[in-house]
Amino acid sequence: MTKPPADLLYRCLRRPNYAERVRPEDWNWLIRVARHERLLGTLALRVAHVNMPAMARDLLEEARLDAERGQDRIRFEIHRMAEALADQDFPVVLLKGGAYLMADLPALPGREIGDLDILVPEGRIDDAEAALKEAGWKSVKARGDYDDHYYREWMHELPPLAHKTRGNVIDLHHNILPRTARLKPDIDGMIARAVPITADLHILAPADMIIHAAIHCAYDGDFHGGARNLWDIDRLVRHFAAEHTAFWAQLETQARAQGIMQPVRRALTLTNHFYETPIVGAFRKIKGLVDSAAIRKLTAHGPYGEPKGGLRSFFLYLRGHWLRMPPLMLAKHLFTKWRARRAEARLEADRKKAPVQPPPSR
Amino acid sequence: MKTHRFQIGPAVFEIRSSVRGLVAKTAQLYRDYPQDFSGKVIDFAVSAEPPSLLRRVYKPNLIYGGDFTLEDIVPVERRLGVLGFEMAINLQMALGYLRHIVIHAASAAKNGDAVLITGESGAGKSTLSALLSYSADWRHMGDELALVTLEDDPMLVPYPRPIGLKNESVAEMQARAPEDRFGPLLTGSVKGDVRHLLPPRPAIDAMLEPARPRLILSPRFRVGAQPEYREMTQSEAYVRLSGASTNQLRLGETGFRALVGLVKGAKAYDITYGSSEQALALVDELWAQA
Repeated sequence: MTKPPADLLYRCLRRPNYAERVRPEDWNWLIRVARHERLLGTLALRVAHVNMPAMARDLLEEARLDAERGQDRIRFEIHRMAEALADQDFPVVLLKGGAYLMADLPALPGREIGDLDILVPEGRIDDAEAALKEAGWKSVKARGDYDDHYYREWMHELPPLAHKTRGNVIDLHHNILPRTARLKPDIDGMIARAVPITADLHILAPADMIIHAAIHCAYDGDFHGGARNLWDIDRLVRHFAAEHTAFWAQLETQARAQGIMQPVRRALTLTNHFYETPIVGAFRKIKGLVDSAAIRKLTAHGPYGEPKGGLRSFFLYLRGHWLRMPPLMLAKHLFTKWRARRAEARLEADRKKAPVQPPPSR
Repeated sequence: MKTHRFQIGPAVFEIRSSVRGLVAKTAQLYRDYPQDFSGKVIDFAVSAEPPSLLRRVYKPNLIYGGDFTLEDIVPVERRLGVLGFEMAINLQMALGYLRHIVIHAASAAKNGDAVLITGESGAGKSTLSALLSYSADWRHMGDELALVTLEDDPMLVPYPRPIGLKNESVAEMQARAPEDRFGPLLTGSVKGDVRHLLPPRPAIDAMLEPARPRLILSPRFRVGAQPEYREMTQSEAYVRLSGASTNQLRLGETGFRALVGLVKGAKAYDITYGSSEQALALVDELWAQA
């Protein structure tokens, strides 16, 4: 197999005609990477007009249809969720995929939407949780009380709520960053500025939507799923800048006022790096250690398109946690997690040692 | 690093491993399948690698990667590496294949019509489908996953991977099928002893020929049981098949309509039997009525 350039996926997304020149063996690589980055449905729509091997077209079509059916399912769930919260007197703000879907934003075409993320005022999150539980969603406590405590004390969202029959998951947020994080976005202002799109539902205003996407990608976490997060930002920024002449000025004002210029600058610089997104000077930064680690991580894929781990990834993982929590809390958290993992491993070992039922005979 | 590509039914796979001999040993099971896919676009890629340097030498085991994987994946002992590839390949179909409805079921065809054999793991699907293809004149279409076209009046598409015989059914089939169709005996897996049986060559050669589903069976083997059957309603058959599918709900309205079409066009029965001969006789009897 020839070794294609590592940025084949980014190149085909930003310049779809390039896909015309992709050789069959390289299609294999491109499809693997796009699957791992959850961008195959998006790619399918970008390169739909291009000549390609028939089998590649089948696989892209499969992913496009799946993404669109998934969007239908999420739309259904959003309506059920809105019904469940209709009697409440606080605004319900759709975040990320749900927002792109209901507002039909350009990040939507071909996009997989996993869980449904919504934001409500912090003081009303208990009411929102109670109303959703009344309507059939149940709290998922995957790993016991520590996780529940971790979510409720320190995080910006409750433990996931899964619907008891449909299984769909809602992540109920009261903020866009953990309580423990160093940066404090103006969440009350974001909710106040949110734009109504139906009688019951809101989405974040353009500048706040970019700030949220940027924080999610370049501040909170380790750039996992970065290819798609940056693609979202690219599509949104191009759209907002074309729609509102004041967009860049608003974004700068908001980001400065909320003290989060740095992650927005980093996210936009990376978006520009991968997708040639036009950005204005205030958001251009000189690439530093974190930026180059992120770029390396987002272009280093194994022969099957799988993201490569290694030291660079571990550095970004530590950084993500470092920004999330004060150091002492971080140490406590990692220690608790380590103990929980050891306990699980012990349980597993005991289970293996226990006499096993003979396999079912036929 | 060794790789090998082959096609099972409508899907093309690549397997890959740096563990010496593993790819060749697995490829041996697929020797009758189409395998010239260099320079072609493939559906899924699967890899088997030791999780660490230590596990190359001490208590050696393998982690399977691929286009579609589950979280918290458990390593497989290296001596069961061939079985691990089988499981990882099935996982790709279960999680990632969306061009047909994928149902956890066996299937076999006769004169262009087909029987679909559903049931939980251990119910006897693989054994019954092996019996039909080696001890009766059925064309083997698959022992684990059945593929249903996304049409209102759907067809079954073959997915005739090597048949995974387990425990007692290994000896049962060794008495009925030629020794050179068997893979190595793998003892002590999570499912007990496993031995793969290659489908008859004509069934592999015909793996792109669909058949029309006419009969749905849900078998139960019980030692000493008398042969019995009970007809299912269409809605019962629908619920069972939908529950046995890995992707039907995900296929939305198209998946719904195709499965409704399937149960409308076929008769469905629960069957119980106590021996291979009883099973074959029951299938004959119900086939004649279908």
